[in-house]
Amino acid sequence: MPAQALKCKECSTTYPLEARYVCERCFGPLEVAYRAPASSGDELRRRIQAGPDTLWRYADFLPLERVPRASLPTGLTPLVRADRLAERLGLGEVWIKNETANPTHSFKDRVVSVALARAIELGFDTVACASTGNLAGAVAAHAAYAGLPAYVFVPADLEPEKILSAGAYGAQIVGVRGNYDAVNRLCTEVSGERESWAFVNVNVRPYYAEGSKTLAYETAEQLGWELPDRVVAPIASGSLFTKVARGFQDFLDAGLIRGAIPAMHGAQAEGCSPVAQAFAAGTDVCRPVKPDTIAKSLAIGNPADGPYAVDLARRTGGSVDAVSDDEIRAGIRLLAETTGIFTETAGGVTTAVLAKLAERGEIGADDRVVAYITGDGLKTLDCVRGTFEVADIEPRLEAFEAALGAVV
Amino acid sequence: MAVTVKLPTQLREAAGGAAEARADGTTVGEVLEGLYSQHGELRDRIAGDDGELRRFVNVYVKGEDIRFLDGLETPVADGDEVTILPAVAGG
Repeated sequence: MPAQALKCKECSTTYPLEARYVCERCFGPLEVAYRAPASSGDELRRRIQAGPDTLWRYADFLPLERVPRASLPTGLTPLVRADRLAERLGLGEVWIKNETANPTHSFKDRVVSVALARAIELGFDTVACASTGNLAGAVAAHAAYAGLPAYVFVPADLEPEKILSAGAYGAQIVGVRGNYDAVNRLCTEVSGERESWAFVNVNVRPYYAEGSKTLAYETAEQLGWELPDRVVAPIASGSLFTKVARGFQDFLDAGLIRGAIPAMHGAQAEGCSPVAQAFAAGTDVCRPVKPDTIAKSLAIGNPADGPYAVDLARRTGGSVDAVSDDEIRAGIRLLAETTGIFTETAGGVTTAVLAKLAERGEIGADDRVVAYITGDGLKTLDCVRGTFEVADIEPRLEAFEAALGAVV
Repeated sequence: MAVTVKLPTQLREAAGGAAEARADGTTVGEVLEGLYSQHGELRDRIAGDDGELRRFVNVYVKGEDIRFLDGLETPVADGDEVTILPAVAGG
């Protein structure tokens, strides 16, 4: 399904497949448009199944001239059946897409894989990004593998785990005194002046965003070429959320699966919920906010794809909900206790929203639900500090018995 | 009041290649009108038919998004910097 052009989502103006992200006529976002697949669903399925155990098995649906000869193996992460979580929530069938299993422990490895491959095809010599944290590590690692210099712009007050892990790959970390939206604005300006730099989520954003579609492709394939009834996914810019639906639509259009797009449920933190607020208000205008939440990886106060995320949730019979910091911590704990998967705050948001939907009775007893757990708890360790007690004892049997003997 | 308006690369062609322009006005709205009077082609790019900013255009005064201020009514002072940028980035 070769890529054909970049197309404006607002006014449908088309552009060649270059490094551009904004429609020059109306400033709308550009998206990759493809030719209809020349192969049958059966043929596409065979090609996917014969492909590598990475996201490159979906090359027919990605905007590259060719799949890179070598890259950090990304994708094909486990889809874990979460029966104990389902039981706790009174649900029938819950699956966790465990994105902590990617090379830098978040879904960002997908978008960076595609963006970097396209950036190299377009002749860029340096990679950069505006990051809330996970992207920083992904850009730094994939650039290291490809041997390209990387500049990673982050809010200076980011979690130390995210800054340290990105810096370890040799990227130049730029800590910007301001929130993510300020970092993003700066990067938009820098990308206009540095012509040989590919900012993965600015000037090559249309290609970058395509990487998130592979979350849907894998989910469908791992469910035996079937669709879930409902999806719960976090919303920061709204790119992942909208592209997951796009991925399911691609497979429907190509005849690989049958049915309809799942009900799409978005998850935000109360301290940064412009999309949830727009959804609740019945509008698609996402008024920007100043983020104040422990879910820093979702702290985008001015979400680029916000209006599309609201439309999608509404159109599919889904929702966009927001949860408090305490609910986020409880969500991290709930997921860890019932599935053995330790997620960062964004996954706490997703799990807490899943719990909220279950409590509200929005999920039917027979519904098959997939929740996207996008990042690893080891990157936001501070959020679980103090949520449990460590028994601190002398190395003597009596001390153990005195401390815990009554409960074990 | 003379204000500097910084233009993103996507708008420079419509402004004769300039990266910035000078315009007069006491509010952001007036400054933009001043900008359109110099470069007529910019009006359609930046504003919709209702005169409001298109939904993927961000405007900042001294680095602050005008949606946190008074929108197009946001006052500007002599020497202020107004920055126009595409909203479609990040995430």
